[in-house]
Amino acid sequence: MSATATATEIDPNVFHLEEEPHHEEGSSTMLGFWLYLMSDCLIFAMLFAVFGVLGGNYAAGPGPKELFDLELVAINTAMLLFSSITYGFAMLSMDQNKKTQTLVWLAVTGLFGLAFLGIELYEFAHLIHEGATPQRSAFLSAFFTLVGTHGLHVTFGIIWLVTLMVQVSWKGLIPANKRRLMCLSMFWHFLDVIWIGVFTFVYLLGMVR
Amino acid sequence: MSADKNDHSPESHDTDHLGHEGHNHGSFKSYMIGFVLSVILTAIPFWLVMTGVLPTQATALIVMAFAVVQIVVHMIYFLHMNTKSEGGWTMLALIFTIIVVVIALSGSLWVMYHLNTNMMPTHEMSGMGS
Repeated sequence: MSATATATEIDPNVFHLEEEPHHEEGSSTMLGFWLYLMSDCLIFAMLFAVFGVLGGNYAAGPGPKELFDLELVAINTAMLLFSSITYGFAMLSMDQNKKTQTLVWLAVTGLFGLAFLGIELYEFAHLIHEGATPQRSAFLSAFFTLVGTHGLHVTFGIIWLVTLMVQVSWKGLIPANKRRLMCLSMFWHFLDVIWIGVFTFVYLLGMVR
Repeated sequence: MSADKNDHSPESHDTDHLGHEGHNHGSFKSYMIGFVLSVILTAIPFWLVMTGVLPTQATALIVMAFAVVQIVVHMIYFLHMNTKSEGGWTMLALIFTIIVVVIALSGSLWVMYHLNTNMMPTHEMSGMGS
Protein backbone atom coordinates (compact mmCIF):
# COMPACT_ATOMS: atom_id res chain seq x y z
CA MET A 1 0.00 0.00 0.00
CA SER A 2 2.62 2.48 1.08
CA ALA A 3 4.71 1.61 -1.99
CA THR A 4 1.82 2.54 -4.28
CA ALA A 5 1.27 5.82 -2.46
CA THR A 6 4.95 6.74 -2.84
CA ALA A 7 4.83 5.82 -6.50
CA THR A 8 1.93 8.21 -7.07
CA GLU A 9 3.65 10.99 -5.23
CA ILE A 10 6.80 10.89 -7.33
CA ASP A 11 4.98 10.06 -10.57
CA PRO A 12 6.71 12.32 -13.12
CA ASN A 13 3.74 12.26 -15.50
CA VAL A 14 1.50 14.60 -13.50
CA PHE A 15 1.05 17.76 -15.50
CA HIS A 16 -1.50 19.58 -13.34
CA LEU A 17 -1.09 21.24 -9.99
CA GLU A 18 -1.35 18.81 -7.11
CA GLU A 19 -3.69 21.18 -5.40
CA GLU A 20 -6.12 22.80 -7.81
CA PRO A 21 -6.79 26.46 -7.11
CA HIS A 22 -10.18 26.80 -5.49
CA HIS A 23 -12.90 28.19 -7.74
CA GLU A 24 -16.19 29.18 -6.26
CA GLU A 25 -19.31 27.73 -7.81
CA GLY A 26 -20.38 29.86 -10.74
CA SER A 27 -17.21 31.91 -10.78
CA SER A 28 -16.91 31.46 -14.55
CA THR A 29 -20.61 31.83 -15.33
CA MET A 30 -20.46 35.50 -16.28
CA LEU A 31 -17.60 35.03 -18.74
CA GLY A 32 -19.27 31.97 -20.22
CA PHE A 33 -22.54 33.81 -20.63
CA TRP A 34 -20.73 36.72 -22.25
CA LEU A 35 -19.21 34.28 -24.78
CA TYR A 36 -22.72 32.96 -25.50
CA LEU A 37 -23.90 36.52 -26.14
CA MET A 38 -21.01 37.07 -28.53
CA SER A 39 -21.98 33.95 -30.50
CA ASP A 40 -25.58 35.17 -30.50
CA CYS A 41 -24.21 38.43 -31.85
CA LEU A 42 -22.78 36.47 -34.80
CA ILE A 43 -26.22 35.02 -35.55
CA PHE A 44 -27.66 38.51 -35.71
CA ALA A 45 -24.70 39.72 -37.80
CA MET A 46 -25.52 37.05 -40.39
CA LEU A 47 -29.19 38.06 -40.41
CA PHE A 48 -28.17 41.73 -40.82
CA ALA A 49 -25.90 40.67 -43.72
CA VAL A 50 -28.83 38.83 -45.34
CA PHE A 51 -31.02 41.90 -44.91
CA GLY A 52 -28.26 44.11 -46.28
CA VAL A 53 -27.97 41.96 -49.38
CA LEU A 54 -31.68 41.30 -49.99
CA GLY A 55 -33.18 44.44 -48.45
CA GLY A 56 -33.59 46.10 -51.84
CA ASN A 57 -35.23 43.19 -53.66
CA TYR A 58 -38.92 44.07 -53.48
CA ALA A 59 -39.96 41.81 -56.40
CA ALA A 60 -42.33 44.60 -57.50
CA GLY A 61 -43.98 44.32 -54.09
CA PRO A 62 -44.32 46.92 -51.34
CA GLY A 63 -41.15 48.58 -50.01
CA PRO A 64 -40.31 50.07 -46.60
CA LYS A 65 -41.89 53.42 -47.40
CA GLU A 66 -45.30 51.86 -48.03
CA LEU A 67 -45.10 49.43 -45.11
CA PHE A 68 -43.35 50.93 -42.11
CA ASP A 69 -44.96 53.24 -39.59
CA LEU A 70 -42.09 55.08 -37.91
CA GLU A 71 -44.23 56.38 -35.04
CA LEU A 72 -45.03 52.79 -34.08
CA VAL A 73 -41.34 51.88 -34.28
CA ALA A 74 -40.47 54.91 -32.10
CA ILE A 75 -42.97 53.76 -29.45
CA ASN A 76 -41.54 50.24 -29.67
CA THR A 77 -38.01 51.56 -29.22
CA ALA A 78 -39.12 53.56 -26.19
CA MET A 79 -40.70 50.43 -24.66
CA LEU A 80 -37.45 48.49 -24.97
CA LEU A 81 -35.37 51.40 -23.67
CA PHE A 82 -37.68 51.80 -20.65
CA SER A 83 -37.43 48.06 -19.97
CA SER A 84 -33.64 48.37 -20.04
CA ILE A 85 -33.54 51.12 -17.44
CA THR A 86 -36.10 49.37 -15.19
CA TYR A 87 -34.00 46.21 -15.34
CA GLY A 88 -31.07 48.38 -14.26
CA PHE A 89 -33.14 49.52 -11.27
CA ALA A 90 -33.90 45.87 -10.47
CA MET A 91 -30.16 45.17 -10.40
CA LEU A 92 -29.56 48.13 -8.10
CA SER A 93 -32.30 46.88 -5.74
CA MET A 94 -30.73 43.43 -5.87
CA ASP A 95 -27.38 44.92 -4.81
CA GLN A 96 -29.11 46.39 -1.75
CA ASN A 97 -30.75 42.99 -1.04
CA LYS A 98 -34.24 44.47 -1.32
CA LYS A 99 -36.24 41.46 -2.45
CA THR A 100 -39.67 43.05 -2.92
CA GLN A 101 -38.27 46.08 -4.70
CA THR A 102 -36.29 43.81 -7.05
CA LEU A 103 -39.41 41.80 -7.84
CA VAL A 104 -41.42 44.97 -8.53
CA TRP A 105 -38.81 46.33 -10.95
CA LEU A 106 -38.56 42.92 -12.65
CA ALA A 107 -42.34 42.92 -13.08
CA VAL A 108 -42.23 46.43 -14.59
CA THR A 109 -39.47 45.27 -16.94
CA GLY A 110 -41.59 42.29 -17.96
CA LEU A 111 -44.57 44.54 -18.69
CA PHE A 112 -42.48 46.82 -20.91
CA GLY A 113 -41.14 43.72 -22.67
CA LEU A 114 -44.69 42.47 -23.21
CA ALA A 115 -45.71 45.89 -24.55
CA PHE A 116 -42.80 45.71 -27.01
CA LEU A 117 -43.84 42.24 -28.14
CA GLY A 118 -47.50 43.26 -28.42
CA ILE A 119 -46.66 46.23 -30.64
CA GLU A 120 -44.35 44.10 -32.78
CA LEU A 121 -46.99 41.39 -33.21
CA TYR A 122 -49.54 44.08 -34.09
CA GLU A 123 -47.14 45.40 -36.74
CA PHE A 124 -46.55 41.90 -38.14
CA ALA A 125 -50.29 41.19 -38.23
CA HIS A 126 -50.86 44.51 -39.99
CA LEU A 127 -48.18 43.73 -42.59
CA ILE A 128 -49.52 40.23 -43.25
CA HIS A 129 -53.04 41.63 -43.50
CA GLU A 130 -51.80 44.00 -46.22
CA GLY A 131 -50.36 41.05 -48.13
CA ALA A 132 -46.77 41.79 -47.12
CA THR A 133 -46.06 38.24 -46.00
CA PRO A 134 -42.58 36.69 -45.73
CA GLN A 135 -43.27 34.90 -49.04
CA ARG A 136 -43.95 38.13 -50.93
CA SER A 137 -40.36 39.23 -51.63
CA ALA A 138 -36.77 38.65 -50.60
CA PHE A 139 -36.89 41.95 -48.74
CA LEU A 140 -39.85 40.78 -46.65
CA SER A 141 -38.32 37.34 -46.01
CA ALA A 142 -35.16 38.98 -44.69
CA PHE A 143 -37.19 41.52 -42.70
CA PHE A 144 -39.37 38.94 -40.96
CA THR A 145 -36.39 36.67 -40.23
CA LEU A 146 -34.29 39.44 -38.68
CA VAL A 147 -37.01 41.22 -36.70
CA GLY A 148 -38.71 37.91 -35.86
CA THR A 149 -35.50 36.44 -34.44
CA HIS A 150 -35.09 39.49 -32.24
CA GLY A 151 -38.73 39.19 -31.12
CA LEU A 152 -38.19 35.51 -30.35
CA HIS A 153 -35.22 36.45 -28.15
CA VAL A 154 -37.37 38.97 -26.29
CA THR A 155 -40.06 36.27 -25.84
CA PHE A 156 -37.58 33.88 -24.29
CA GLY A 157 -36.17 36.72 -22.21
CA ILE A 158 -39.64 37.32 -20.75
CA ILE A 159 -40.10 33.60 -20.01
CA TRP A 160 -36.70 33.62 -18.28
CA LEU A 161 -37.69 36.77 -16.38
CA VAL A 162 -40.89 35.20 -15.05
CA THR A 163 -38.97 32.04 -14.08
CA LEU A 164 -36.47 34.10 -12.13
CA MET A 165 -39.24 36.09 -10.43
CA VAL A 166 -40.71 32.83 -9.19
CA GLN A 167 -37.31 31.61 -8.02
CA VAL A 168 -36.51 34.87 -6.24
CA SER A 169 -39.88 34.94 -4.50
CA TRP A 170 -39.38 31.33 -3.32
CA LYS A 171 -35.71 31.27 -2.37
CA GLY A 172 -34.94 34.94 -1.97
CA LEU A 173 -31.87 36.76 -3.25
CA ILE A 174 -29.45 33.89 -2.72
CA PRO A 175 -26.07 33.98 -4.56
CA ALA A 176 -27.31 31.57 -7.24
CA ASN A 177 -30.34 33.74 -7.98
CA LYS A 178 -28.20 36.89 -8.08
CA ARG A 179 -25.94 35.19 -10.60
CA ARG A 180 -28.97 34.26 -12.74
CA LEU A 181 -30.31 37.79 -12.54
CA MET A 182 -26.94 39.15 -13.68
CA CYS A 183 -26.99 36.80 -16.68
CA LEU A 184 -30.49 37.88 -17.64
CA SER A 185 -29.40 41.50 -17.18
CA MET A 186 -26.68 41.01 -19.79
CA PHE A 187 -29.11 39.19 -22.09
CA TRP A 188 -31.74 41.93 -21.77
CA HIS A 189 -29.34 44.83 -22.40
CA PHE A 190 -27.80 42.87 -25.26
CA LEU A 191 -31.23 42.63 -26.92
CA ASP A 192 -31.56 46.39 -26.62
CA VAL A 193 -28.19 46.78 -28.37
CA ILE A 194 -29.40 44.53 -31.20
CA TRP A 195 -32.59 46.59 -31.45
CA ILE A 196 -30.48 49.73 -32.05
CA GLY A 197 -29.14 47.98 -35.15
CA VAL A 198 -32.65 46.89 -36.20
CA PHE A 199 -34.34 50.27 -35.94
CA THR A 200 -31.39 52.00 -37.59
CA PHE A 201 -30.66 49.69 -40.50
CA VAL A 202 -34.10 48.21 -41.14
CA TYR A 203 -36.53 51.00 -40.34
CA LEU A 204 -34.73 54.36 -40.49
CA LEU A 205 -32.40 53.56 -43.39
CA GLY A 206 -35.27 51.72 -45.12
CA MET A 207 -37.24 54.95 -45.13
CA VAL A 208 -34.42 57.01 -46.66
CA ARG A 209 -33.15 54.31 -49.01
CA MET B 1 -22.01 37.84 -1.58
CA SER B 2 -19.04 39.97 -0.72
CA ALA B 3 -18.88 38.38 2.71
CA ASP B 4 -18.95 34.99 1.04
CA LYS B 5 -15.98 36.04 -1.06
CA ASN B 6 -13.98 37.25 1.93
CA ASP B 7 -14.24 33.85 3.58
CA HIS B 8 -11.76 32.24 1.26
CA SER B 9 -10.36 34.97 -0.88
CA PRO B 10 -6.77 35.53 0.30
CA GLU B 11 -5.36 32.40 -1.28
CA SER B 12 -7.80 31.91 -4.14
CA HIS B 13 -7.82 35.36 -5.74
CA ASP B 14 -4.92 37.35 -6.99
CA THR B 15 -5.32 40.96 -6.07
CA ASP B 16 -5.18 42.68 -9.45
CA HIS B 17 -7.72 40.27 -10.90
CA LEU B 18 -11.25 41.49 -10.38
CA GLY B 19 -12.67 38.00 -10.93
CA HIS B 20 -16.37 37.23 -11.05
CA GLU B 21 -17.20 39.68 -8.30
CA GLY B 22 -15.43 42.38 -10.27
CA HIS B 23 -18.72 42.91 -12.10
CA ASN B 24 -20.02 46.22 -10.97
CA HIS B 25 -23.70 46.81 -11.57
CA GLY B 26 -23.25 50.52 -11.95
CA SER B 27 -24.97 53.12 -9.89
CA PHE B 28 -28.27 54.95 -10.19
CA LYS B 29 -26.33 57.84 -11.70
CA SER B 30 -24.59 55.77 -14.38
CA TYR B 31 -27.88 54.11 -15.41
CA MET B 32 -29.56 57.52 -15.69
CA ILE B 33 -26.66 58.93 -17.75
CA GLY B 34 -26.93 55.94 -20.09
CA PHE B 35 -30.71 56.30 -20.31
CA VAL B 36 -30.69 60.04 -21.05
CA LEU B 37 -27.93 59.64 -23.65
CA SER B 38 -29.87 56.78 -25.28
CA VAL B 39 -33.07 58.83 -25.44
CA ILE B 40 -31.21 61.71 -27.12
CA LEU B 41 -29.32 59.38 -29.47
CA THR B 42 -32.60 57.67 -30.45
CA ALA B 43 -34.77 60.79 -30.75
CA ILE B 44 -32.46 62.70 -33.11
CA PRO B 45 -32.23 59.99 -35.84
CA PHE B 46 -36.02 59.41 -35.71
CA TRP B 47 -36.61 63.17 -35.94
CA LEU B 48 -34.17 63.49 -38.87
CA VAL B 49 -35.83 60.70 -40.85
CA MET B 50 -39.43 61.67 -40.02
CA THR B 51 -38.99 65.35 -40.93
CA GLY B 52 -36.45 64.85 -43.71
CA VAL B 53 -34.75 68.18 -43.05
CA LEU B 54 -31.41 67.00 -44.44
CA PRO B 55 -30.51 65.46 -47.81
CA THR B 56 -30.88 61.66 -47.99
CA GLN B 57 -27.17 60.92 -48.04
CA ALA B 58 -26.40 63.10 -45.02
CA THR B 59 -29.36 61.68 -43.08
CA ALA B 60 -28.18 58.10 -43.71
CA LEU B 61 -24.64 58.86 -42.55
CA ILE B 62 -25.77 60.71 -39.41
CA VAL B 63 -28.28 57.98 -38.50
CA MET B 64 -25.58 55.31 -38.77
CA ALA B 65 -23.12 57.39 -36.75
CA PHE B 66 -25.72 57.86 -33.98
CA ALA B 67 -26.37 54.10 -33.92
CA VAL B 68 -22.68 53.35 -33.42
CA VAL B 69 -22.42 55.93 -30.62
CA GLN B 70 -25.55 54.57 -28.94
CA ILE B 71 -24.23 51.01 -29.07
CA VAL B 72 -21.07 52.19 -27.32
CA VAL B 73 -23.18 54.04 -24.72
CA HIS B 74 -25.20 50.87 -24.04
CA MET B 75 -22.03 48.80 -23.76
CA ILE B 76 -20.52 51.14 -21.17
CA TYR B 77 -23.53 52.21 -19.07
CA PHE B 78 -25.85 49.19 -19.31
CA LEU B 79 -23.57 46.21 -19.99
CA HIS B 80 -20.76 47.74 -17.85
CA MET B 81 -18.07 46.79 -20.32
CA ASN B 82 -14.55 47.71 -19.32
CA THR B 83 -11.07 46.41 -19.95
CA LYS B 84 -10.71 44.91 -16.48
CA SER B 85 -13.74 42.67 -15.89
CA GLU B 86 -12.91 38.94 -15.97
CA GLY B 87 -9.24 39.83 -16.37
CA GLY B 88 -9.87 41.48 -19.74
CA TRP B 89 -11.36 38.37 -21.37
CA THR B 90 -14.79 39.90 -22.00
CA MET B 91 -13.15 42.78 -23.87
CA LEU B 92 -10.99 40.37 -25.85
CA ALA B 93 -14.05 38.30 -26.81
CA LEU B 94 -15.88 41.49 -27.80
CA ILE B 95 -13.02 42.69 -30.01
CA PHE B 96 -12.78 39.28 -31.67
CA THR B 97 -16.55 39.30 -32.31
CA ILE B 98 -16.45 42.81 -33.76
CA ILE B 99 -13.67 41.78 -36.16
CA VAL B 100 -15.60 38.71 -37.32
CA VAL B 101 -18.81 40.74 -37.69
CA VAL B 102 -17.09 43.48 -39.71
CA ILE B 103 -15.45 40.93 -42.04
CA ALA B 104 -18.69 38.98 -42.50
CA LEU B 105 -20.88 42.06 -43.06
CA SER B 106 -18.57 44.00 -45.35
CA GLY B 107 -17.56 40.84 -47.21
CA SER B 108 -21.17 39.76 -47.81
CA LEU B 109 -22.29 43.19 -48.96
CA TRP B 110 -19.25 43.67 -51.17
CA VAL B 111 -19.38 40.28 -52.86
CA MET B 112 -23.15 40.24 -53.32
CA TYR B 113 -23.20 43.80 -54.66
CA HIS B 114 -20.69 42.87 -57.36
CA LEU B 115 -22.56 39.65 -58.12
CA ASN B 116 -25.74 41.64 -58.58
CA THR B 117 -24.18 44.24 -60.84
CA ASN B 118 -21.81 42.07 -62.88
CA MET B 119 -23.30 38.60 -63.14
CA MET B 120 -26.90 39.36 -64.06
CA PRO B 121 -27.80 38.34 -67.63
CA THR B 122 -28.81 41.47 -69.54
CA HIS B 123 -32.21 40.26 -70.66
CA GLU B 124 -33.30 39.74 -67.03
CA MET B 125 -31.93 43.08 -65.81
CA SER B 126 -35.02 45.08 -66.72
CA GLY B 127 -37.38 42.88 -64.71
CA MET B 128 -35.32 42.74 -61.52
CA GLY B 129 -35.58 46.33 -60.38
CA SER B 130 -32.37 46.25 -58.29
